[in-house]
Formats: sequence, C-alpha cells, structure tokens
Amino acid sequence: MTTPSTNWDYAPAPESTKVEIKTQYGLFIDGAFREPRSGRSIETINPATESSLSRIAEADAADVNLAVVAARKALKNWRRVPALERAKYMYRIARRIQERARELAVLETMDNGKPIRESRDEDVPQAAAHFFHHAGWCDKLRWACPTSNGSAPEPIGVCGQIIPWNFPLMMAAWKIAPALACGNTVVLKPAETTSLTALRLAEILQEIDLPPGVVNIITGAGETGRELIAHGDVDKIAFTGSTDVGRAIASTVAGTKKRLTLELGGKSPNIIFADAAIDQAVEGIVSSIWANQGQVCCAGSRLLVEESVAEEVIEKLRLRMRSLRVGDPLDKNTDVGAINSRAQLDRIESFIKLGVAEGAQRHDVSDVALPSKGFWCKPCFFTEVQPAHTIAREEIFGPVLAVMTFRTPDEAVARANNTMYGLSAGIWTSRGSKAYEVARQIKAGVIWCNTFNQFDPAAPFGGYRESGFGREGGRSGLSAYCA
Amino acid sequence: MTERSEITKTWKLFIGGAFPRSESGRVAPVKDLTDRSGGKALAYAAQASRKDLRDAVEAARAAQEKWAASSGYLRGQIIYRLAELLDGRREELIEAVRMSGRVGKSKARTEVEVAIDRTLSFAGWCDKLDSVVGGRNAVAGPFHCFSQIEATGVVAVFAPEEFPLIGFLTLALPAIACGCSVIAMPSSVEPIPALIVAECAPSADIPPGVLNVLTGLREELVPVVAAHRDVDAVVASVEPEMAKILQLGVAENLKRVRLVDPQAKFLEDLAWSSPSAFQAVTEVKTVWHTVGL
Repeated sequence: MTTPSTNWDYAPAPESTKVEIKTQYGLFIDGAFREPRSGRSIETINPATESSLSRIAEADAADVNLAVVAARKALKNWRRVPALERAKYMYRIARRIQERARELAVLETMDNGKPIRESRDEDVPQAAAHFFHHAGWCDKLRWACPTSNGSAPEPIGVCGQIIPWNFPLMMAAWKIAPALACGNTVVLKPAETTSLTALRLAEILQEIDLPPGVVNIITGAGETGRELIAHGDVDKIAFTGSTDVGRAIASTVAGTKKRLTLELGGKSPNIIFADAAIDQAVEGIVSSIWANQGQVCCAGSRLLVEESVAEEVIEKLRLRMRSLRVGDPLDKNTDVGAINSRAQLDRIESFIKLGVAEGAQRHDVSDVALPSKGFWCKPCFFTEVQPAHTIAREEIFGPVLAVMTFRTPDEAVARANNTMYGLSAGIWTSRGSKAYEVARQIKAGVIWCNTFNQFDPAAPFGGYRESGFGREGGRSGLSAYCA
Repeated sequence: MTERSEITKTWKLFIGGAFPRSESGRVAPVKDLTDRSGGKALAYAAQASRKDLRDAVEAARAAQEKWAASSGYLRGQIIYRLAELLDGRREELIEAVRMSGRVGKSKARTEVEVAIDRTLSFAGWCDKLDSVVGGRNAVAGPFHCFSQIEATGVVAVFAPEEFPLIGFLTLALPAIACGCSVIAMPSSVEPIPALIVAECAPSADIPPGVLNVLTGLREELVPVVAAHRDVDAVVASVEPEMAKILQLGVAENLKRVRLVDPQAKFLEDLAWSSPSAFQAVTEVKTVWHTVGL
C-alpha cells in the first residue's frame, strides 16, 4: 500500500482581524472600568506572533476588596430582582454574545492561540448557549433545587470565580451564568494571559445595563487570585484550573464558611474496542487530544486500544496526524494553533523529552514548517508507553497522546481507572450494552460513547476523585449556587 | 436467694462484618450520664486506634464496588430489614438514649421512633435518587445524554455527640443507601445506640465492610481520617477545630466533605431525608452516546 500524499497546499484563508483592542484595560468594578489602585499592569500577547495585544490591569488586595464590596452591595437588590426580570438580563447577554460573535471569536483566537474554527464554532456559541440556557432557570429554581418549605432557594451570596486560559470566554460563561441565575453576585478573575474576551464581556454587561456590581471582572495573576480566595467577605469560591492550585485553595478555605467547587485536571482514558467503527474512532482521537492543542482538562490523553486493532488504529492515526494543519490560528483551515504561553510550551516540551527518556517511542509530523515566531508544538503521540511512565500518569495539557493496549474489557477498565484523576473517558464500541457497562465501571464524571469532547449547558460536567468536586451545567450545576 | 449481679458488657468494634477488640487492647468506660454522682460505668467500649481505622478503610474499600453494583431495590430491602431489626430492639435503644442523660424517657422514645422511621425513608431512596436527581439531559445535538447518580466510595462519618441514635443514622445511612461503604464514628459519650445498630447490621444482610463502626477518641481519629488518601468523603458533625482539620484533608486527595452543625437538632425536619442528605457521598456521572442510523 502506498501512503497517499498529504501535502495538500491550501490557499491561506485568514479571518478578518478588524477587532478594536485598546492599548490598556482597567478593572471592571461596580459597573465601570477603573484604573487599578495597584497602578500595575501586565502585557498580554498574541501567542501565535508574540506581538503585544494590550496591557491589562493587575489587581492588588485593595482592588480585590473594592470588587468584593461592590458585589456585596449589589447582592442586596439583585437577589430580590423578580426571577423573570433576572432572566431578561441574561437573555440579553446571550443575544449580545451572538451578535458580537465574530468579534469575540477573532479576539479569543488572537489572545489564546486557538484555531478560529474552534473559537467560532465552539467557544463563542457555547458561551452564548450557557447564558441562554441558564436564563431560563431563574424562575424554576424552587423545582430544580427544592427547599423543605417549598420556597425558592436563596443564593449563596458573593461568588469569587477563577477561570483558566484554555477556554477563556466559555469558562467565564460557565461560571457567571449559573451564579446570576440563582441570584448571586460575582467577582470573576480571568487568567492573566487570556483576559481580553472577559473584558469584552464586561462591555456587553454595560451595554445590556446589568446593575452595577452584579458582575465584577478583575484581572491579574496568581496573587490576585489568592487575594480573592482569602477575602473574608466572599461566600463561595469556584475554581477551574490545575489540581495543585485546587489543593492550595482547599487549604486556604479550610476553617471558613466558604463554599467551594473545584474543576481540576485530568488524565482521561479514551478506550477503543476492536468492534468500534475504527475510522470514526480515529476522528474521535483527533478531537480528544489535538483539539485546542490538547490544552483541555478533559483531553483524552491516554489512548487504550484493544490489542487486535492496535496496529490498524496506530497506522490510521499516523496518517490522520499528517493531515492536521498546524499554524496561523486565524486561518480558517488551521486545525492546530499556538500553545497559549511560553511557560506552557516549555512544560509540554519537558514532558515530551521525559517520554523519550523513559523509553517510549515518539511519533510526530516531522515535515511541518512552523512559523518562526510564536509558541508551537507539533501534535504527537507515543507508543511503547508503560503505565508507570510519566507521560502516562501526569497531565501534560498539550497535544501529546500516550498510546497503550489492552486485551479484555476488564483490563481496559482497570487501566482506565489506574489514575488519581477522574474527569472524563471515551468509549468506542459498536455494542451499546458494552458501552454502558464500561461507562458504569469507569470512575469519571463525564463519559463519551462513540464521541468525545461534547459540551452542553444542559449536561452536568465535572470530576471524580482528584479532578475536583461539584458540577457545572444542568440541574446539578445550579445546586452549587443555591444556599 | 442472692441478688443476681449484672453482666457488664464490653462493646467491641465492628470491622469487615466482624466484632474485633481494638488491636491496641484499649477499652474505655461508657458512663451512665443519668447517674448524678457521675461515675457509674454502664459498660465498656473498645477504643479504636489508628491501625483499627486503617483496617476499617481496607474492609470498606474491599466491599464498596460490589455494594454499589447491587440494585437499588436490593439495597432498599436490606435497609428496610435494618429498620425491622432496630424496631425489635426499640426498648433497649430507648434505654440507651436515655442513659445519655440529655433527655427523659419520653423524648428518648421519640428520638428512637423518628430514627427508625427515618431508616425507612432512606430505604426508599435507594432506587429513587437517580429519578429525582439524575435523568436525561436535553442537549442540542444528536446524542442520548443522561446523568446518573453514583456512590462516591469510602466515606468516614463522625456522628454528633448528641442525638446518639438519630444523629448517627441520619449521617451514615444516606451513604450506605447510595452504595458507599462507611466507617462511622459514633458519639464518644454515648456510643451504645450506634453499637446496637452495628449488631443489627449482619442480621440485616448488610454485607461485611459496608458498615464499620469504631468507638474511640475523636481527637485521635479525626487527623487520621483527614490524612487518609483512600477515604473518598467525610460527613462530620464536629466542633469547628476538628472540622478545620477535616477540611485541610481535602488538599490530600480532594476528598469531599459535608459538615453538619454539631448543634443541629436531628428530629422532625424533612431536609434530613431530602436529596441534600446525599451531598458529598454521591457523584453525578454524565454519559453521552451518539444517536443515528
């Protein structure tokens, strides 16, 4: 069999980049943008070009306090706003996100490095959908989260929310929408490398006349986050990020009355049985580990293939990997964009080196020309991986897949559960009964059968074990915001 | 005729379906708190060591998967059977609750009767939690998507010092009903009602290891539970300083913690047997499956 050529040349198809970005952004507190008390700012760059996009404010303890005070003040009225009126604000947010979708998608891609195809088709529509879905919950809480006297549940209060850089706008929506639906007020801190779409969301909140202080968006790095978590007048902390930071947050919150939900890391298994539709499974592998450059907490970073089809799957995967287009994230044909930061690229590269050093066999697309500037990592996978290898145990958060094999369903389940994480899993088989039985046995919060990386505001998402606790989305996600 | 002297019982631990003494050999008196002079030992109870706790976690882990895989209908029947057995020892339970010196006979009777009725309520939850809390998710794509409710795993329970029967059952039974296995630490001042529950467990066909009961010193056992990486969740009605130690244990292995006010009144409130009783001891699992020809 000759290997078909995959050197197809595409004409460049760049998305228009006419997005106005200010040279400097303040903090969004009490309905207005204001200069930080700290007087400090952080440069934010386009990871695909390393050119500067803007400077964002770095909130210090005094700034965090102002935001919390504003949220506390706003809570008094916001929690008493009639449910359907609250809903109307949220429907308007959803509408404005839809109307400004192109601008938001381009900005997201410039700030984050992800392919425009993903920000346009996934991140931004999901953000709008989250507000739209949760708007509809506002007047139904008494049935969704019943109290023993039949009244509507009370909000928890002021929620401090800290979100990561991999899905910046979408994560902001995941956090803010359920909080508002239940009558809480919010202080949100986006990641310091990807704050621009959250600040654009703040503009939308101004446009739709959301009452001042109901949502405050403060930018900054780890220190800003720590100030928010430690603030004495915050009632709930919701965090999405690494397991290590999640542990530190849990320690800080211990001994206080603060509620806590954590959505942390993963090392999720993707299991391919011999009776699966192999071509579809290979597409599933692509979206499970190479979408968003693998910078996904629920990425299917451990591929478990039934031994009898391992050779076929690996060969098809190798071929498919060669057709991935790596490069300019603003090009509509791009499949794999830039890594979000130099620090993350260094981390991914150190894992790849470890993988080779520990004896696994690396497969990558060797003949891809990468741009001279920016943070790039070619998609790759490893075979000859032992379960004890670092790349089979630790979250890499990059386009790096560890391939292992199994012989029986029991072995597949045992290997899948051989991790301290438990965020997601993929199962590929043409037998429904097998899919559901394996799904039952796997300790993970989200299981995709014959698909991967599907999200929906109606579907609860969150982890078992060291992938955190609490759910986002659906009825379960709401209960995390009701007292 | 000489007066018959009482047999002073030494209550043992309940681990893996057996009733061992503490490996440490320690026992402590259980006092009759209605006795104003204060000193009379009603009985003795084993004082669990950290080794006993680790053994109990092992027994709980070994039993958990099979228990969770059994049908809700079966678990419901077993917990119903427990209620039957407790009802059979009702007078003994009332006397044990009264000995705590906190309540008179009639309040003790109420506590026991409400506790047994609440046991029935949890029996009924076993095959209904999924319907009430889980269900189909109406996602915008060609997928069958549903969320099912699963057991978190191995759960440590610190029952309140007061309400020695109903506090114990209210915190331990939700975990058992949904398929967790439990290591329960009863009231340290009045452990006997909980130890009676332990004695009923094997006859109710609660599988060995699903319920383990350890009497002992809270200040010894709390830090061991907090640091134990194979304890998946903690349900505790303890004083703030111990609550903080348990919360710090979250950093160890992301264990789930449900704290219940130690001053709580465990009687007559529907919330005690509402879905909120299953916080920390259940996980929501969302399953997606493609739909298409």
